[in-house]
Amino acid sequence: MIPAEFDYYAPTSVQEAIGLLQEKGPEAKLLAGGHSLVPLMKLRLAAPSVLIDLNRIAELRGIRSSDGGVAIGAMTTHSEVESSPELADRWPIFHVAGAMIGDPMVRHRGTIGGSLAHADPAGDWPAVALALDARMHIAGPNGERVVPAGEFFVDMLTSALEPDEVLTEIEIPALEGRVGMAYEKFRHPASGYAVVGVAAVVVTDGSGSCQDCRVAITGAGPKATRATGVEEALKGRPLDEQSISAAAERAGEGMAFLGDIYASEEYREHLTKVYTKRALLAAARSAQG
Amino acid sequence: MTTATTFVGSSVKRVEDPEFITGSGTYLDDIKLPGMAHMAILHSPHAHARIRGIDTSKAQQHPGVLAVFTGKDTAGINPLPCAWQAGGVENHVNTPHVLASDEVRYVGDAVAVVVAEDPYTARDALELIEVDYEPLPAVVDPEKATQEGAPQLHENAPNNVCMRWTAGNQEATDRAFEQAEVVVKQRLVNQRLIPTAMETRGAIGSYNPGTGEFTIWMTSQAPHVMKLLLAAFVLNVPENKIRCISPDVGGGFGSKIFCYADMALVAFASRQLGRPVKYVEDRTENYQWTTHGRDHVTYAEIAGTRDGRITGLRVRTYANLGAYLSTIAPGIPTTLYGRMVPGVYKIPATFVEVLGVYTDTAMVDAYRGAGRPEAAYLIERMVDLFAREVGMDPAEVRRRNFVPPNEFPHDNGVGMLPYDSGEYEKALNRALELSGYPEFRREQEEARRQGRLLGVGLSSYVEVCGVAPSAWIGLNGQGWGAGLWESANVRVHLTGKAVVTTGTSPHGQGHATTFAQLVADELGVPMEDVIVEHGDTQGTPFGFGTYGSRSLAVGGSAILRSTAKIREKARKLAAHMLEASEEDVVWENGRFTVRGSPESARTIPEIALAAATGYSLPEGMEPYLDETSYYDPPNCTFPFGTHVCMVEVDRDTGETRLVRYVAVDDVGNVINPMIVDGQLHGGIVQGVAQAMWEQGVYTEDGQLVTGSLMDYALPKASMLPNFELDRTVTPTNVNAMGAKGAGEAGTIAATPAVVNAVMDALAPLGIRHLDMPLAPEKVWHAIQERSASQKEER
Amino acid sequence: MATRETSKVPVNLDINGEQYDVLVEPRRTLLDCLREDLGLTGTKRVCDVGNCGACTVIADGRTGYSCLMLAVESEGLKITTIEGLAGEDGLHPVQQAFIQEDALQCGFCTPGQVLSVVSLLERNSDPSDEEIRLAVSGNLCRCGAYPKIFRAARTAAQIMSSK
Repeated sequence: MIPAEFDYYAPTSVQEAIGLLQEKGPEAKLLAGGHSLVPLMKLRLAAPSVLIDLNRIAELRGIRSSDGGVAIGAMTTHSEVESSPELADRWPIFHVAGAMIGDPMVRHRGTIGGSLAHADPAGDWPAVALALDARMHIAGPNGERVVPAGEFFVDMLTSALEPDEVLTEIEIPALEGRVGMAYEKFRHPASGYAVVGVAAVVVTDGSGSCQDCRVAITGAGPKATRATGVEEALKGRPLDEQSISAAAERAGEGMAFLGDIYASEEYREHLTKVYTKRALLAAARSAQG
Repeated sequence: MTTATTFVGSSVKRVEDPEFITGSGTYLDDIKLPGMAHMAILHSPHAHARIRGIDTSKAQQHPGVLAVFTGKDTAGINPLPCAWQAGGVENHVNTPHVLASDEVRYVGDAVAVVVAEDPYTARDALELIEVDYEPLPAVVDPEKATQEGAPQLHENAPNNVCMRWTAGNQEATDRAFEQAEVVVKQRLVNQRLIPTAMETRGAIGSYNPGTGEFTIWMTSQAPHVMKLLLAAFVLNVPENKIRCISPDVGGGFGSKIFCYADMALVAFASRQLGRPVKYVEDRTENYQWTTHGRDHVTYAEIAGTRDGRITGLRVRTYANLGAYLSTIAPGIPTTLYGRMVPGVYKIPATFVEVLGVYTDTAMVDAYRGAGRPEAAYLIERMVDLFAREVGMDPAEVRRRNFVPPNEFPHDNGVGMLPYDSGEYEKALNRALELSGYPEFRREQEEARRQGRLLGVGLSSYVEVCGVAPSAWIGLNGQGWGAGLWESANVRVHLTGKAVVTTGTSPHGQGHATTFAQLVADELGVPMEDVIVEHGDTQGTPFGFGTYGSRSLAVGGSAILRSTAKIREKARKLAAHMLEASEEDVVWENGRFTVRGSPESARTIPEIALAAATGYSLPEGMEPYLDETSYYDPPNCTFPFGTHVCMVEVDRDTGETRLVRYVAVDDVGNVINPMIVDGQLHGGIVQGVAQAMWEQGVYTEDGQLVTGSLMDYALPKASMLPNFELDRTVTPTNVNAMGAKGAGEAGTIAATPAVVNAVMDALAPLGIRHLDMPLAPEKVWHAIQERSASQKEER
Repeated sequence: MATRETSKVPVNLDINGEQYDVLVEPRRTLLDCLREDLGLTGTKRVCDVGNCGACTVIADGRTGYSCLMLAVESEGLKITTIEGLAGEDGLHPVQQAFIQEDALQCGFCTPGQVLSVVSLLERNSDPSDEEIRLAVSGNLCRCGAYPKIFRAARTAAQIMSSK
């Protein structure tokens, strides 16, 4: 399998990358690990004439504290995110979800920013980003802008990034109170992608009731989506099996579902409920534990 | 005592491994020849279409392109041969041209090739070929293809039927059903599988204009057969002008037995261009046009008594053969399937009808097990359904119907050769004991009360391997277009080092180790002094290749014939050297001694030196220890056993968790237990995978949906439980080793064990049967439907 | 016959401790570069789209898919292929263990399996069964040698810890 020809650039700064994007136009694509893009190119389902490799831009890598929260450079690999001690402590969902991505080789080379920018409907990070209310830092010709995760995933394989923009950082805001989080995934047996993946974050008070929660679903529909109906149903209720079950029944409300030979729309809708319940139960356990 | 057994029966480490473990093996794509050009193939994107025209001009002008060929250029190459037609019936034969020129009949049919300086250029130039297709209606389902009004693939095959083949006694079977107390019917789909050897297929052709000789490297399980077919049928060149070489081969599982278009195309292109030409398919091509396996739709009926005795079996199968006949396609669903459907049971009356059907899909041919997995699945599912119908434990029903040990050789009534030997109940009992079957049943009962879905499945199988006596399998019998004997040459060189050449052609089975164990023991030499050569038609005797778990039973027997001849000659020479009479010379502890005076002895290396120098030989004896044998087995061999699988099904999602897997196999005597365990592991993995995950899927209009490893679910390390293996040993008298064969047993046994387990888990819900693979959604739907109707019933 | 004009770029690669200077098209993968340009054919091509593990190499201590890495991207990485494992004192313990436990059949996925286990044991000298299973979960073996691959990983860990 051989991709069509292309020119290759490896800028060393974000500014340089943006300059190249402007210069080369819409035929240029960013290479951010390449674990989604290169297979498409080898199958000749994509044939960009220019690749701009973000791998040499040091400022895009690494995890740092930011205003009580944390900021993850877009070119940080899945395995760096998965095994980061600073994330593991306060955001254990990164370890849990990261370990479920693809296989070790994918995790070692694929990047969180590449995955989010690709907006694959079955990617794992989009659900995590939504559940943590991440803020996407985007650099473009006119400077930086910040897009909340809830507005970042526009449609299947389409993010809010403009063709001349670069996703630079994923900022995770601090969470107050007793927090629990979990990611549960029904894995496709061949691809390893999420048939349905659910990320759940719950915040509880001393009484064990749900002060706040965010639930996000990936894999089931054309784009990762917050399950706001579930969130509403659970807020203010005790974090027990009964109220979680009842709330999870609302998972999938208003969502469009995908169907394929492995899992129909109906089945994905069902799995969305089951995995929402599982994720919420696990999140509640970790909040109370 | 005649032989000092040192190596046979022990887990000698594989001599193949050091090469593979360091990455220094030589597989086809690792070969680079001076001046080598690269070929890429353009395949049809349509399942069925007429070709109105092909414009290659742009591709031809692309820099670096050496040639572009279409069907017009290759018109002098004959269609590929079908070497095994269904025996005793008329076959409407249609085989593929190496390049289609007027019509394409499946997605993947080859229409043009580009030869270029490098693979990148060849691939780029494919994009520049313009083919004008007129799409035609397509059909992919073998049952639908036979119905009135279905799209027709070939003029000579009305209703797309290639052949109708039957076995058994129809009248007696019908009578058994009329008189039966119990009849159970089930439609069973044995889904299409894609073999997916890790190494894709490929070929390198090199033509020598000086001698007119072709050398073709190929990823083949049967290079001698390829040489014969390419010479005599496809390329029309003298058989002694083609040399075929299988280097290291990265797995085959049947898919590399066959004659493929690219073998002829690289030879043709090399002659045209005067340069070696290499083709290696990519994974997409491998999925589209390398053969697939299985794909049966079967209507099965079993008749019996209320007390659990089986009295009749009636089977009608639609076997999908794909768009054309692959090399041995018709033989698989007939001889290797139809003649094995009674399995391990003594069934008074069986009748089997098989329709071989053309569809607009990739050709279907042997895939690991080849016919016997389909047969074992059929009978083992039907016996479970029968057991449920009569309300008996499936283990007990099996026990009641087994062919008893004292009734071998056993004629199964549908034209298979007599089963050689079997202790079916012994293997079953061992498997039940090892798996804790009675305890599991109690645990299951308790779990069911809690609403949990636990299940256990049994599979008591017999298969046929060590194929086959030529007189039986050949043209006047089962329709195989040649013999099926095997060959070996054993030479002991002057320095005492032995070389074994074999007509078999391993691709992962460890023959170089197993065969060396045999020979080292027979000649009384260290194993490292024996090397095994295979795969090159120049330098190995003609052989039919490696498939059908035949290499040890047939090929190993040929080796033993040759070592016996060497020993016989060596004994004469030893007597001469020891100045003893021949009758007094005996083989003891790996050397010849004179009876009564053990201090006078000669080893094989000492005798080989004398034989090679030729200074002093007995009157009339030729120099050298060098013997060749061609061994035609008197019968096939029939391994058997019982596998037990335990599962738990998740009610909420339909997911199945494999809890335990226990396998008791009887493959006769074992030469290398370690290698046999590996073969069984691998077989079980593939068998479990059919039950659980794998399925080759076409859309109704013939597009391959599972065209990559992103869609076709090969089992991963994380998906499997541990396997618990044990063996019983019932030797066969078919060959001197008492060995039966182990390459396919696991695959044949595992599939029904898993499906039976899941159906057992779902039994409380009233679910009788689900077709494979048991994907979570299918199971969940069934649970939903039954739960809903059970609520209504209440 | 015209030769195709392509814009090749120079790349320096560090493979098994050796420096290689090659001229490659940007679209050339590390896998093709290893196999075709450097003659290091131990790294195998199976799915060619990052879903089977056969082309695994170790890059800066971490396994990666050489079929998805461009040669131009690989400059500056310390790359180990199967050819780089055995040293002067013989086979790597993981290679020894694979032979000892019969963890291979056709050998085609073996280089990738071995490198995945090597990489695991470099970071975790005493992995659990589950960690082993997950470590090789991206390496498909159609021969189904998985049970023995697990055993080989455990044996390799023992060999390495006894040294």
